[in-house]
Amino acid sequence: MTSATAARRPFAAIPWRAPLVAAFALVIAYFVILVGVLADPSQHLTFVGAIPQAQAQFINAVTIGAIYALIALGYTMVYGIIELINFAHGEIFMCGSFVSWWLLTTLGFSGAISDPLLLIGVLILAFAVSMLVMGIVGVVIERLAYRRLRNAPRLAPLITAIGVSFILQNIVFVAISNSIVTTPQIIPNTVLTFGPVTVGLINLFTIVLAVGLMVALHLFISRTRLGRAMRSTAIDREAAQLMGVDINTTIALTFFIGSALAGAAGVVQGLYFGITVFNIGFQAGLKAFTAAVLGGIGNTTGAALGGFVIGFLEVISSVWGQGRWSEAVVFGMLVLVLVFRPTGILGQQLGDRA
Amino acid sequence: MTIVLALAITAVALPLIVLLPPLNGFGTQRDFVGGFADAGVFVLLAIGLNVVVGFAGLLDLGYAAFFAIGAYTYAYGASPFSGLDIPFWPMLLVGALVAAMFGVLLGAPTLRLRGDYLAIVTLGFGEIVPVVFLNADTYTRGTNGITGLSQPSLYGIFGINGFGFTDPWPYFLTVLIVIAVAFSFLYRLQDSRVGRAWVAIREDELAAASMGINTITTKLLAFSIGASTSGLAGVFYASKLSIVSPDQFGFTVSFTVLAMVVLGGMGNIWGAAAGAFIVYEIQSQGLKQLGAFVQSLHVPTLALGPVSVNLGAIDFINFQYLLYGLALVLMMLLRPEGLFPSRRRRSELHATPDDAADSADVLVQA
Repeated sequence: MTSATAARRPFAAIPWRAPLVAAFALVIAYFVILVGVLADPSQHLTFVGAIPQAQAQFINAVTIGAIYALIALGYTMVYGIIELINFAHGEIFMCGSFVSWWLLTTLGFSGAISDPLLLIGVLILAFAVSMLVMGIVGVVIERLAYRRLRNAPRLAPLITAIGVSFILQNIVFVAISNSIVTTPQIIPNTVLTFGPVTVGLINLFTIVLAVGLMVALHLFISRTRLGRAMRSTAIDREAAQLMGVDINTTIALTFFIGSALAGAAGVVQGLYFGITVFNIGFQAGLKAFTAAVLGGIGNTTGAALGGFVIGFLEVISSVWGQGRWSEAVVFGMLVLVLVFRPTGILGQQLGDRA
Repeated sequence: MTIVLALAITAVALPLIVLLPPLNGFGTQRDFVGGFADAGVFVLLAIGLNVVVGFAGLLDLGYAAFFAIGAYTYAYGASPFSGLDIPFWPMLLVGALVAAMFGVLLGAPTLRLRGDYLAIVTLGFGEIVPVVFLNADTYTRGTNGITGLSQPSLYGIFGINGFGFTDPWPYFLTVLIVIAVAFSFLYRLQDSRVGRAWVAIREDELAAASMGINTITTKLLAFSIGASTSGLAGVFYASKLSIVSPDQFGFTVSFTVLAMVVLGGMGNIWGAAAGAFIVYEIQSQGLKQLGAFVQSLHVPTLALGPVSVNLGAIDFINFQYLLYGLALVLMMLLRPEGLFPSRRRRSELHATPDDAADSADVLVQA
């Protein structure tokens, strides 16, 4: 049975060329950033002078990409299982950032925490609370708004999802704040040096966290009983039901995991950028959706990959002095991908799930 | 004929309603007539979006983009910024055509995609268009927008020259005429061969294709007709305000128009128009008056532990998008055919007894 093989070797599906292609793409991205920094007319940098800046921008791209990847996973999981573009997902990310803002300010933190033990404790608490709350919110939304429309014409759940997105956004707008909120950046502004490479602690933390969550998700989906239920529901809901899978629980679980990941991304948003605002979810959601489509919708590995690609696109466009066009670049990308390769980068391998 | 009659009645009755004693407190008749002219813009938008969402079943979330394109077309055609001063009436057609052209440009590559992908592509398009108008500031004056647009004029016919800023009546009557033309066109289209093809595609694209309907061109037609109506509305809106700027055409406009169509009844032109009028009046008058009303009650501040609620200080206008969101979700769950449904939509969206038994089973299992 193929699923048993896949369960024993969860990464077997990745072809051996993939790491080489990825490394090649990263090198090219690095040089594009480097040339962009060198070409910046306001700085007049030498080649050697440009390297630290290019390095910082490269790491910035990976960090932003990690945030998009975390959001994109929720889009792709929900689309994979009930074929719904969950427009409210970006707002879940926004609400997650507000939950962590609320928690940290209530606990009385306003800046960096220097005591490492306390810092770790507070971080664990912030992520646990935000992920749990947003996971529950996701399940409640699915239960109240989407479940009854599972067999309705396709337009109905889409319109409902837009409605839910506006409800969440405007609850925050009316009840919390109608302008930008400063969130406590509790991780110290330390820079770590590994030989020639310097990385900010917050960047390293974000990347490690995101990759850790992705690996955990991958193992969960490929190795556990519930993960198998999710995969089978995505492939054929009725057949899965006949095999004894509880469809409603499985779909609720999918919403829980996807929303919890968006909640984690929301915490990172607050920690990394130090701000949040009620309408942050709309743009972030669109970009993360683009990431999900880029990777091949329904495919979790693809969504993670797409998130990093979007992160690089955004940073490259801002390094090249066109930051205000980055949205247009990302959506132009979305249209091009949908028109010329609707299955996405990795869509071929898991095409039947999309 | 019914349309002409209905609009003639509207033209007379609407301003007269304002003279009723309870409405007098809301403002003068002049305020109301100006407000009705603005409501007319949204009625135009709603009947146009109704073609795309209601007839053809395509979810267009970037509808405000075509509105913006129509408005900027007028701004280039008749403003000191461009140096041109083309009269308003031909510009109505030009605006509609330019918007339709962009509709085709966007639709041609994307309409072969699945419905929900179309929703996200149009959403992206709706985001890009204001960004382009904002960032290409050499050509659009960026965030300041283009100002001093020419007013419509009748060149002395009926003794009217420029419409001016003070008298709302010419705008009100103009928008009624524009609505009448667009309305009768779309109304006739509904039962034509094309209209039936749209309904067929909406209900089952595969079956429609196998019946010999060219689904791509038929959908493209719906998309561009919707876009051109939006362009018409844009030209009128720009001429009335005499200014266009990128922040007038954000996603909230598309969302508001969608809420109007869904509330009124997807697929029913009368319903979409009524929904647009009602929602616009609630938004522009109702919420403001509700705030004034609650304030006049002098409700004492309620203190519930740490939370204190001062009803008098609540600005109800802030709640409008929350209300639209709730309205969309509740309508989809409870009455998907809208408040004033078309007969066909009602039977389509309300399950037959057999289907109802099935879905009841699902609910019991849930």
